[in-house]
Amino acid sequence: MSTLSTPALSTLGLEKRFGSLVVASDINLTIPHGVRYALIGPNGAGKTTLINLITGMLRPDAGKILLGGAEITAFKPDARVKHGLVRTFQINALFPQLTALEAVTLAVCERQGTAGVWWKPLSAYPDAVAEAYAILQTLGLAADGDRLTRELAYGQQRLLEIALALATKPKVLLLDEPAAGVPREESAELFAAIAGLSKDITVLFIEHDMDLVFRFASRIIVMVGGRILVEGTPREIAGDARVREVYLGGEAA
Amino acid sequence: MAAPASSAVFEPGGHLEAQARWSGWEIAFWLATLLPFLLFPNHLVLASQIAITALFALSLDLILGYAGIVSLGHAAFFGLGAYTAGIMSKHGWTDPFLGLLAGAAVAGIAGYATSFIIARFRHLPLIMITMGLGFLLHEAANSAEWLTGGSDGLQGVRKGKLLGVIAFDLYGYAAYAYALCVLFLVFLAVRRLINSPFGLTLRGIRENPVRMPAIGAPSRAHIRKIYTIAAVVAGIAGAVLTQTTATVSLGVLDFQRSADVLVILVLGGAGRLYGGLIGAVIFLVARDQFSGIAPQYWYFWIGALLVTVVMLLPNGVLGGLAHLTRRWRGAAP
Repeated sequence: MSTLSTPALSTLGLEKRFGSLVVASDINLTIPHGVRYALIGPNGAGKTTLINLITGMLRPDAGKILLGGAEITAFKPDARVKHGLVRTFQINALFPQLTALEAVTLAVCERQGTAGVWWKPLSAYPDAVAEAYAILQTLGLAADGDRLTRELAYGQQRLLEIALALATKPKVLLLDEPAAGVPREESAELFAAIAGLSKDITVLFIEHDMDLVFRFASRIIVMVGGRILVEGTPREIAGDARVREVYLGGEAA
Repeated sequence: MAAPASSAVFEPGGHLEAQARWSGWEIAFWLATLLPFLLFPNHLVLASQIAITALFALSLDLILGYAGIVSLGHAAFFGLGAYTAGIMSKHGWTDPFLGLLAGAAVAGIAGYATSFIIARFRHLPLIMITMGLGFLLHEAANSAEWLTGGSDGLQGVRKGKLLGVIAFDLYGYAAYAYALCVLFLVFLAVRRLINSPFGLTLRGIRENPVRMPAIGAPSRAHIRKIYTIAAVVAGIAGAVLTQTTATVSLGVLDFQRSADVLVILVLGGAGRLYGGLIGAVIFLVARDQFSGIAPQYWYFWIGALLVTVVMLLPNGVLGGLAHLTRRWRGAAP
């Protein structure tokens, strides 16, 4: 059984190659419960690939993935979601012709096991709709719940990405550049919403803006060339010479 | 740029109940389906063909319009239903209700079996696979003369009596009444499905099948389910055709039938409950009229109709009407 001392998510020797290109090599992660992690690294470091591997969108060539101590390496993506391992996408992957409320209700129904029920109207499940509405409220989207996704402002669509993930009741939430494409002043708001999520949810996010990373992450993982270079607190990472050299150094120059 | 917030207070539940409620248009539509009995008693055979085709188009709409699964081989299930009902009546089981059940069951089993292939593909490969499966079944029926009568068609199909008493008459009163009843009952079930959680799931698959697993949805299982349901409905449509005409030919499995039903759905408006129904009315009435003018060239006019509708009304006739209604309401104070 998982206890608080069992890590929420861990990987053991995860590897992935595309031909001769090594995109993930010897990835060993141990992520405890409730911690806010940032995953940083230069472009092409393999950050999104790592999220794809963890969530089952890609199959690793070697290694294991454990969720709450249980191995999930062979699970399909949707089965991982049902076990509480959920992600969002860097490029909006939404349902353009569904309203925001419909989209979140869809995810709630799937979690509650009613998504396949075809003989009862959706209105027979007011709880699912109410829950979806409440999620939209926590993210400030409730007023636009009846608008089609494609009509929402870009920043709202980024929030809807997170709303969809929350509807699955994640234990571990992987956010791939949640603020990608959002103007700088709005991205802080978006991260404030993420910071406001329940502490029961373990969060790992990819982000390029170092201000946001240092403000919202309690621990940071630095990836370079498909490997984990170093992991530590923001203070440790800021003071790490190797990180400065390969990553921060390049940007500061 | 923030979009203007909606001014009205938004009721999350009310929206869904409004969606499931019967509108005046719907009631008017179904009342209008009774008009042929009064106004066109000489065209009841055509009317029952329209009802059967509408049912077939409704079945395609479930997979194409709602779940985004394109098929050019949907006649396979129509044909299975038609042959099953025909073969049964030939061997003495003439009760129409029994034939419907059997046609639905055989088509459903075939649909479930092939759904495992269907659920793995999309777009062009899927069109080719469904078309290929349609060809396979057509030629299987062609060669299995002992069972189907091959290219001569099935001989000895008998007309049963509805509820054991009402015979199918020459003018098509019983045929149209029967086809219309079956259409309406299946429509009620489909309508319920569309407004159900599963209906929402289907629209999710249509909108973004790649995202579905990321919200925990087993897309393939959902696709297998709707494909099977659509096959059942197509099988019922095929069985009704056999029972009301007392003939089954290879035409029920023809590629042309798969293509026509796709045209019908596009004309009427895919992904709209009434799209297939309106499309069937337009297509079959047009065929009836145009083939009266020039029997060999009537597809010329269907072609012209298709090009015009798709160019001017990309969402079909119903999509165009919905657009007009929205504009009209928007313009009104």
